[in-house]
Amino acid sequence: MIISIASGKGGTGKTTVATNLAVSVDGPVQLLDCDVEEPNVHLFLRPSIEETKTVTTPIPKIDLAKCNQCKKCMEICRFRAIAVIGEMVLTFPELCHGCGGCMAVCPEGAITEIGRELGVLETGAMNGVSFVHGRLRIGEAMAPPLIQAVRDRTWTNGLTLIDAPPGTSCPVIAAMKDTDFVLLVTEPTPFGLHDLKLAVEAVKILKIPMGLVINRADMGDDKVWAYAQTEGIPILMEIPFDRQIAESYSRGEMFALALPEWKVRFRELVENIETLTGKGAGAK
Amino acid sequence: MKELVILSGKGGTGKTSLTASFATLATGCLLCDADVDAADLHLLMQPNIRKQTDFQGGGVAVIDLQRCTQCGICIDMCRWSAIGPDFVVDEIGCEGCGVCVDFCPEQAIDFPVKTCGQWFISDTRFGPMVHARLGIAEENSGKLVTLVRQQAKQLAEERGIDLIITDGPPGVGCPVIASVGGATSAVIVAEPTVSGIHDMARAIELCRHFKVPVMVCINKFDLNLDNTATIERMARDGGLPMVGRIPFDPTFTRAMVQGKTLLEFDGNGSAGEHLRQVWTTIMNTPAMTAA
Repeated sequence: MIISIASGKGGTGKTTVATNLAVSVDGPVQLLDCDVEEPNVHLFLRPSIEETKTVTTPIPKIDLAKCNQCKKCMEICRFRAIAVIGEMVLTFPELCHGCGGCMAVCPEGAITEIGRELGVLETGAMNGVSFVHGRLRIGEAMAPPLIQAVRDRTWTNGLTLIDAPPGTSCPVIAAMKDTDFVLLVTEPTPFGLHDLKLAVEAVKILKIPMGLVINRADMGDDKVWAYAQTEGIPILMEIPFDRQIAESYSRGEMFALALPEWKVRFRELVENIETLTGKGAGAK
Repeated sequence: MKELVILSGKGGTGKTSLTASFATLATGCLLCDADVDAADLHLLMQPNIRKQTDFQGGGVAVIDLQRCTQCGICIDMCRWSAIGPDFVVDEIGCEGCGVCVDFCPEQAIDFPVKTCGQWFISDTRFGPMVHARLGIAEENSGKLVTLVRQQAKQLAEERGIDLIITDGPPGVGCPVIASVGGATSAVIVAEPTVSGIHDMARAIELCRHFKVPVMVCINKFDLNLDNTATIERMARDGGLPMVGRIPFDPTFTRAMVQGKTLLEFDGNGSAGEHLRQVWTTIMNTPAMTAA
């Protein structure tokens, strides 16, 4: 089973929930950090890194000796990543989406592909939790293909947890799509609720069952409970605001390890999701 | 005209709450919400929308099954596996490259331009505001951010406003890159947590990459004084102005529930005092005072 943890608004506690879940469950578990712009899971899990790999996306390389300036490459590129000016062919790698259209359309075979670095992918493990994350290269705009590279490491021998990025646009979709359940982490504030509603709409488009964790449940107002009821979204956990939890988070600690009653609650949370989806943790 | 962009790397450190408070302190500014993906500034500003415009993103492939002969070339060429075995395009998976459109021998694929959001020009109690809403699960957030910032600049010029305060998105990817390029300066709102420090460092690196001067402000500084000291040391070592600290204060949440900025809700408390100091310091940094 694959559970993705998302939120809409940033800073509501996605990583807190994902890491505490990972260290609380019995049996094999894998945690994929798909917030490749700002990956944080490793700061809490502190895995030993076993593999580091550069992830690239294809961009065109022009052989000017073969090019006859027909401009077909420029015409097919919807992203304006190629310009033919006189005898020159300029490429703008940062605009290229890697569709391969220019290479396919070139009648002279003057275009081949080289890689543009998107970032790195790292894998490791910590106390039985298998770990994978991506780290976007600074200056690189395209997160989704790196997220996909992390998702490609999804295993089949147990539970997979995905820590998704904030927002509701393409990176979040890349992290949530084809997962079995989306656990939305929110806070009961106007910002939290507003962005939660957007996230819920995104999950509905993907047609994935979902549930809610309300973090800092005693700060703000009660509108999120009313919203969850109207929408029929089950509230699976409430975490109160506790200065001790906030301070332990600030130091990079997972509170379920210090407070055993929370470990039990996180384990029950996964069991509830198994019941809701009708899938066992190990199910594919 | 100057543009100050509020960033953080990590989400939820207080960008929007601080942006709104800065707007109450600025003497005449234009607000720009560049977090088009999960925009929240309007919840504190209650903007009066004066003009609403559709945002046209890129095209999306649509196969006409009447004309399609199921030759499969489009499926083979699509690098996003967005075309199913039934020759129906998954709109969410479609990258908008149009390669299938150009290579279809039957010319059976249309490529209509999609409306994927709206942008607005509004009035607020602190001055004009330019903001937007990207549709759910849409692409092109960077393009929309660029558009919103261009419109903000144009409007500021028309109205003779000297300062734009831009509320940026979290992360360091496409919409953040679109938010910082060409800005006068960026303020990174950091929080003293291991993740806050990690993400701040990446946001600083991004600003440097695009040659935008950076300054650092610490929110909720009293949650971890050791980490606060670490952030201040990192700023000093990097030669970045430290523009101040703001304490953890649940009053921010209470003000938000009322739809107010902290300074409107309770300007006399400790957080209010810190905010005023931070704002004065920001406006006196070399980047903001340079002609």
